[in-house]
Amino acid sequence: MLPLLNCPSINTAAAVKISTDFLTKYILPLLGIFAVLLIWTAVAGGVREEKTASGFTKKIKTGLIQDLPGPYETWVKTKKYIVQPFAKREELDQGILRFTWYSLIVVAKGYSIALIIGTPIGFMLGLSKVFTRMFDPIIQILRPVSPLAWMPLGVVLFMGAGKHANDLGALFTIAVCSMWPTVLNTAVGVRAVPQDYLNVAKVLKLSKWKTLWKVLVPATLPYMFTGYRLSLGIAWLVIVAVEMLTGRIGIGNFLWNEYNNGLYTSIILSILTIGFVGWALDRLMSLLESRFKSI
Amino acid sequence: MSVKNPKMLELDRLWKTYDTPKGPTTIVKDFNLKLKEGEFATLIGHSGCGKSTVLMMVAGLSDLSQGNMILAGKEASGPGPDRGIVFQSPCLLPWMTAFENVMLGVNQVYFTASKTERRQMAEYYLTIVGLGDAMHKRPSELSQGMRQRVGIARAFALQPKMLLLDEPFGMLDSLTRYELQEVLLELWRRNRITTLMVTHDVDEAIFLSDRVVMMTNGPEAEVGDILNIPFERPRNRKEIMEDPRYYKLREHLITFLNDRSHIRPSREPTFKPSPDMAAELATQDFPVCTMTA
Repeated sequence: MLPLLNCPSINTAAAVKISTDFLTKYILPLLGIFAVLLIWTAVAGGVREEKTASGFTKKIKTGLIQDLPGPYETWVKTKKYIVQPFAKREELDQGILRFTWYSLIVVAKGYSIALIIGTPIGFMLGLSKVFTRMFDPIIQILRPVSPLAWMPLGVVLFMGAGKHANDLGALFTIAVCSMWPTVLNTAVGVRAVPQDYLNVAKVLKLSKWKTLWKVLVPATLPYMFTGYRLSLGIAWLVIVAVEMLTGRIGIGNFLWNEYNNGLYTSIILSILTIGFVGWALDRLMSLLESRFKSI
Repeated sequence: MSVKNPKMLELDRLWKTYDTPKGPTTIVKDFNLKLKEGEFATLIGHSGCGKSTVLMMVAGLSDLSQGNMILAGKEASGPGPDRGIVFQSPCLLPWMTAFENVMLGVNQVYFTASKTERRQMAEYYLTIVGLGDAMHKRPSELSQGMRQRVGIARAFALQPKMLLLDEPFGMLDSLTRYELQEVLLELWRRNRITTLMVTHDVDEAIFLSDRVVMMTNGPEAEVGDILNIPFERPRNRKEIMEDPRYYKLREHLITFLNDRSHIRPSREPTFKPSPDMAAELATQDFPVCTMTA
């Protein structure tokens, strides 16, 4: 007999467990968002109208940070970008997701270049001590360079392409900046391939090509995907800076234009959108990553 | 069998020396051994005595510092599929199924055979080791014992000149170990591949091998003594255990391992629990599982 099955305390315990799960999963994050909105409202500026003695109405800015729009104002003023996210009214007046889409396309191109170039470099670093000795110092120096610094060089490199110089420079910048996590993680992954697997390849006398595809690549995949995920994060960071510099239409460019026009609510909308998209991309990649890790 | 080669493996004055910051250390010294074709020999010795080093040198995965190794009449250097190896951990590639793991070797050795023939070969060996129903599972879905079965099937499927077993059952519980010893003997009965096995299990050595090679303790390990195991094949564990000679052989091996493998004077343990830790360990209340009616 299992007397425990009839024990009522278990069901209560389970119910308590579920409700704590619910609390930690949904209620706490909502509380956090609410707290931030509250602080935002508290510090945001507003406008107070005052009648002067001469009968004119005078607008007086109020609040701790006078020019920071509050949550409600932000919603009202940016509603048109959100409600019709894919609308195209004018070149610089489009739905927020339409701008995002333009940026994503450029990111996808630059990121693909980064992976196509970065993965083999990572493999060579992981496999060859000579290659590592030769190129590791250069990589370590180029890696911390900001995208803002790469961008002008990118444009200069493609100056010959005429009107496409900006676009190609943008791709170059994204590729160069986002390549490093892929390069380094792949190299670490290749170095971490267990000797046991390599012994199998040695004992069976697998050719170099077969060893690469049957042993090294599958064994390195989890590391490669960690690199790919980090690289995508960086590519998404870089696009904003690149669009500000080049004036390419996209979410970063929208942010910069609206700043110059003094429409500060749009800045907040853009920041939130960039954040959401970045988060979604990261989730997507970590799903892929965990698929490969489970093997 | 084709041409009888009386000596399948000749190890002639094998040395293994490593360079350490304190100067070279000799792990294996002047190791001589000859194996006849179809012989099953076991290297036995204490952990870390260098028996695995000898095996890895025969496998070609570790270089010889000095000495010669002749395999089937030819000087052997580097690893190759003519020596099938079963490692202590099965070393299966985790992204391939059991079948694919075996096929990787089969494809490599029998590249002239048709695809169907190669598949049949892999299936045949996997079935003999008892994985007929589980051959398309990944290693992560198999128990430790089943994985080691795949490792054994992979080694036999190469139909190598020699089989090298590096404590193949060392990581298994004793019931699984007995089962796999039978599996190994069954395969070996069908195809008597010259085998060199490393173990520190005295009973395993007696049950499986024709000769047991006892190694002295390292560093500078060498062959201390060789014991012939006279039991007829095919062997039956129960009959062997009941044979009066079994205890003589066992005693001989254990005496050697206890006395003759010059054990160095033991040093004081370097780690001692602090008084606090000792007191805590003494009062530790380990959870006790009790059964209720």
